[in-house]
Amino acid sequence: MSTSKHGSLLTLDARTKKRNAAEKRFRAYGLGAIVIAVAALAMLLISIIANGASSFRQTYISFPVTISAEEIEAAESSLLKTGAYNKIIQTGLLAYLTERDLLQDTPEADAFGMISGEAGSTFRQFILANPDAAGTTFQLDLLANGRIDGYYKGRVTAETAALDKNVTPAQLELADRLAADGALVKQFNWDFFTNPDASDQRPEAAGLGVAILGSLYMMAVVLCLALPIGVAASIYLEEFARKNWITDVIEVNIANLAAVPSIVYGILGLAIFINFAEFNQSSPLVGGLVLTLMTLPTIIISTRASLKSIPPSIRDAALGVGASKMQSVFHHVLPLASPGILTGTIIGLAQALGETAPLLLIGMVAFVKEYPAAYTADAGLFGEASTALPVQVFNWTQRSDPAFVERASGAIITLLIFLLIMNALAIFLRKKFERRW
Amino acid sequence: MTDYKISAKGVQVYYGDNHAIKDVDVQIEDKTVTAFIGPSGCGKSTFLRTLNRMNDTIDICRVVGDIRIDGEDIYDPAVDPVQLRAKVGMVFQKPNPFPKSIYDNVAYGPKIHGLARNKADLDEIVEKSLRKAALWNEAKDRLDAPGTGLSGGQQQRLCIARAIATAPEVLLMDEPCSALDPIATAQVEELIDELRQSYSVVIVTHSMQQAARVSQRTAFFHLGNLVEYGETDKIFTNPEDPRTESYISGRIG
Repeated sequence: MSTSKHGSLLTLDARTKKRNAAEKRFRAYGLGAIVIAVAALAMLLISIIANGASSFRQTYISFPVTISAEEIEAAESSLLKTGAYNKIIQTGLLAYLTERDLLQDTPEADAFGMISGEAGSTFRQFILANPDAAGTTFQLDLLANGRIDGYYKGRVTAETAALDKNVTPAQLELADRLAADGALVKQFNWDFFTNPDASDQRPEAAGLGVAILGSLYMMAVVLCLALPIGVAASIYLEEFARKNWITDVIEVNIANLAAVPSIVYGILGLAIFINFAEFNQSSPLVGGLVLTLMTLPTIIISTRASLKSIPPSIRDAALGVGASKMQSVFHHVLPLASPGILTGTIIGLAQALGETAPLLLIGMVAFVKEYPAAYTADAGLFGEASTALPVQVFNWTQRSDPAFVERASGAIITLLIFLLIMNALAIFLRKKFERRW
Repeated sequence: MTDYKISAKGVQVYYGDNHAIKDVDVQIEDKTVTAFIGPSGCGKSTFLRTLNRMNDTIDICRVVGDIRIDGEDIYDPAVDPVQLRAKVGMVFQKPNPFPKSIYDNVAYGPKIHGLARNKADLDEIVEKSLRKAALWNEAKDRLDAPGTGLSGGQQQRLCIARAIATAPEVLLMDEPCSALDPIATAQVEELIDELRQSYSVVIVTHSMQQAARVSQRTAFFHLGNLVEYGETDKIFTNPEDPRTESYISGRIG
């Protein structure tokens, strides 16, 4: 047994022990950081989903209604058309309740109050779309009042109802009887994605339709402007411009612009597009232009990074066989860089999709009750007041009715799903078109 | 005088303030292989790249002097470097095929220069170029396979095929074998010897044995100066300058 200068390899010396301990500690720190991050994300998702998942299901009251051609004519010629239709609904509901002996001693007004104020216009739309319905009896699924909906989602109880002037315990009891009778049903809430926003009193009718369209229109503007401008600017800066102090200044400023708080772009948009160019306030066009300004630096930076990552030997090879600078860029460099450019663009778009602050400044926080005329065929494109997904979330969180908290969380889930789809698309495109050499 | 393909006089190259090539005069004959040798950083690659103006892509690079190909000043403002590079092809140190098919790699040059009127023409050019580059037998069954999937030596021969597909008159090779194993090197060297029949080949190399094997004339560069230029046999057996002698015998470089 000979002991060498280094001692036995089977026992750790002090230095090695210390090093190993340091390494272990570092791993623990890293693991801890990841656990904290994942826990925070999980908590965020759980709270949003717990609050918002229920917004995708909505309570409807389903009962038969009869309407005659004369009644339709009378309703259409009255001053308050939806009011007239409401009367017909109430007649139908009363008939149904008496027939099944569900009303018992509940006041009639309470029974009528269980139907959403939105029902009259829903019914009218239905009649206008189906003129054949006149003179027949048909089953109607009408939105239940937000408080009744809340009762089935656990927001409202008999105790809270006693203190709430918008709902009475008697209504809840009637609701239970209706549910036992099968007239009160929960369905998937398609209206949440198609309805426009609704007033404070009708959370059950509020939807994201206008917000989703507004966001899509804005994304279209951003994509059509930011992508070509950003890519052209990057190609010029990266491949053609001589490197001198001017390009250095531009480069530093692009990096700075990417870090500018988004609300500053809102102020800029307000000054340029609304005050100076006099575009319509709150329109998706202005929103899109502001978001374009905001997204451009992101797209330029990611495009330049992907152009930089193409090995110079490819450019040399193209120039070496006598390609012009432009041919070498468009035939070789750009196709190789395109997965990176696409990824950067989609991530920039996703960022723009979730942006709220600049839109508040250009007035996109407006309450939009109807589909803007811009979204119909005969109006000028992009010109009318609209809203956007993140602004709709902001808007709903401002309202007092807890039913809107559920709506806001539902809207956040919708927004997150859009973002998830976009990011997944970015990853998919990168994997698909990425070329290795 | 007229039988020189390339004639350079008083060439100076600057990278910013760095004087990389100092007053070089070289005359390169047609249908010969001329080797540029010298220690690293001596300017031989830089000088090679002045011959097809690849240095233009480097902003801070400045070339002074007179370089003529077939008697025409290639730095004349009327000369478009794109046209020049079609006439003076280049093969680089590291094989750099485009990440495209073998066929597209070779066909790219003829396509952008309009050398082929139709698909059949193009096929012919591709086949001829690949044959000349001694790659046809290995590649004919996989023309659609990516060029980057070939072995290093095959890639370099593909690059040579790509360079000769544009029908150049001069072929510049910048250490074409430095990334290759001895067998691939031997194949490329053999190829260079064949190419001499059609082109004037200028090759930069680190390997003196390679210069001795493939070239007829050799230029020795040292610290930006052209120290000695002459018949390869004479440079290697009986150099005039003591620096050349030191380099060849392994004392410097």
